[in-house]
Amino acid sequence: MSQPTHTSQMLRSLLVSSRRCTGRGLFMDEAACVRQQHRGLDSADSHYDGLYPGHIPTNPIQKALLAVGSGVAALQDPYRHDMVAVLGETTGHLALMTLRDRMRGDPEGYTILTERPRIRLSTLDLSKMASLPDGSFGREYLRFLEDNRVTPDSRVNVKFVDNEELAYVMQRYREVHDLLHTLLGMPTNMLGEVAVKWFEAAQTGLPMCILGAALGPLRLSTSRLEPLVTSLGPWAVRNGRQARCVLSIFYERRWEQSLENLREELNIEPPPLTIRATSQKATLDS
Amino acid sequence: MAASIRLLARRIVRDASRNINSSVSGRIVRSSCPSNLSACRCFSDGATDKSTHFGFETVPEGEKAERVYKVFESVAQKYDVMNDAMSLGVHRLWKDMLLHVMNPQPGMRLLDVAGGTGDISFRFLDYVRSQQERVARRTARANQTPSWQEISTSYTPPTEGIEMETEARESRAVVCDINKEMLKVGKQKAESMGVSSGLSWVVGDAEELPFDDDQFDVYTIAFGIRNVTHIDLALQEAVRVLKPGGRFMCLEFSKVTNPLLSRLYDAYSFQMIPVLGEVIAGDWKSYQYLVESIRKFPDQETFKRMIEEAGFFSVRYHNLTGGVVALHSGFKL
Repeated sequence: MSQPTHTSQMLRSLLVSSRRCTGRGLFMDEAACVRQQHRGLDSADSHYDGLYPGHIPTNPIQKALLAVGSGVAALQDPYRHDMVAVLGETTGHLALMTLRDRMRGDPEGYTILTERPRIRLSTLDLSKMASLPDGSFGREYLRFLEDNRVTPDSRVNVKFVDNEELAYVMQRYREVHDLLHTLLGMPTNMLGEVAVKWFEAAQTGLPMCILGAALGPLRLSTSRLEPLVTSLGPWAVRNGRQARCVLSIFYERRWEQSLENLREELNIEPPPLTIRATSQKATLDS
Repeated sequence: MAASIRLLARRIVRDASRNINSSVSGRIVRSSCPSNLSACRCFSDGATDKSTHFGFETVPEGEKAERVYKVFESVAQKYDVMNDAMSLGVHRLWKDMLLHVMNPQPGMRLLDVAGGTGDISFRFLDYVRSQQERVARRTARANQTPSWQEISTSYTPPTEGIEMETEARESRAVVCDINKEMLKVGKQKAESMGVSSGLSWVVGDAEELPFDDDQFDVYTIAFGIRNVTHIDLALQEAVRVLKPGGRFMCLEFSKVTNPLLSRLYDAYSFQMIPVLGEVIAGDWKSYQYLVESIRKFPDQETFKRMIEEAGFFSVRYHNLTGGVVALHSGFKL
């Protein structure tokens, strides 16, 4: 029992701590590794434990409990975006890996994975985007934000994905969601959201999207269900399958590109129906 | 650096010999944790800032109060819902037990420290009122078949009624908490329950109470004392504000003695409770802190000694739910 081995083992356990937490250890190991996460020794200004800011390491049991709990909470109150987010993070491991591999295979996607751009109000030059011509991607995106009264900063941060790169892929997926609305020409009311979810389910295969796509239509009135089933739905699924991976596009460098041009490049057909962007209050009634 | 490694090694040997767990890696991880924490404390004790524990983290003392404040500020809205979810409603039984042991009589004055959402105070007022009703019913029953002498001697119903009312007015509960959000939630609860008389809400620090000496008959602190930075100061304040003959009562999570139950309890605490916190309240970290702070609190005997050191007599504790919760009680003479 020499002192260096103990120190090196301690260091190793420190480095491996997050992986240990996700492994199939005894319950007591989980408590111990949780203790490790909170040790003040790690860094002087440790504003986060884990692999990235906001990361909370969890073991498979906790992930399962979180998935079930967040699923129930999200079903009871679909406006709890944090619960939808947690559901996506805890169930999406395989789908995220497939997405990441697709991104790596695409040259633009690879650039995104290395440069890690984030879509925030602080990073967008709104005045410049407003001055772009109508029909350009940037201008249409701004119009979408204004019409639907949303902001790109309302996305919840990723917490429960235990891989730094996959966490970024998840974050990118969330931030691209609004851009997808613009690309598909869908507003943020219930019908538009369901259509986008069908597209995302077909493209990404994330279980949360599939669940949302399956259960979303249950909350639609019959008048809205009809266009979904007849034209919007098949269009969304077809395009989801045939389109290029939407996460692989460096949108931040394509604001000047025309929307039609971008749709062609991504192999997305223009929407068969135009749905007006109604206010949030009206959509709650539908 | 070398000195701390030697200290670490010594502690690891000690802990390893005490440890019952068979898994080698588990032992290293587990034994390195407490020794590392104590090594950390050795570093910081030499420095100017004294440090204390915040869950399993080590923070400077000045910071702990602020961080605890933030935790309770964020959980205040869902505090009662979370209590029911985490304990499956058993916390109500624990609080009922506290009142049962306290057995308050009409006219008593209660100080409920860290009372937050007012659970103990509401129960106190209910208990006192039901006591009064019981007394009233007994006297009414006694008056059913009285003899002539009894009727003549007891023929002073108006004054009796006034006496009882003054007693009712005298039974007062003061809810004191350092956190304004928790008090706000408590006040809303009181309003919705229609309880207003005999209840007051005061913002105050348990280590420095805003009350005069010898004011209260009973001092309670339910599930709050583990969040106080200096427990001994809180106990000294309790001695100060209690009347001679007053009673100190503390409900707090404590050490489970049964090893099987202890493992189940640990598993439940660390697996389920933060998950519940995330799903119901949207706040994992606060509930992580809550379950960690339970582990850092001294066990039943140590706490009993601390209470005795503060100046209380006849200190006893009852274990509830196998030691998950302990009810400590002491008297000021």
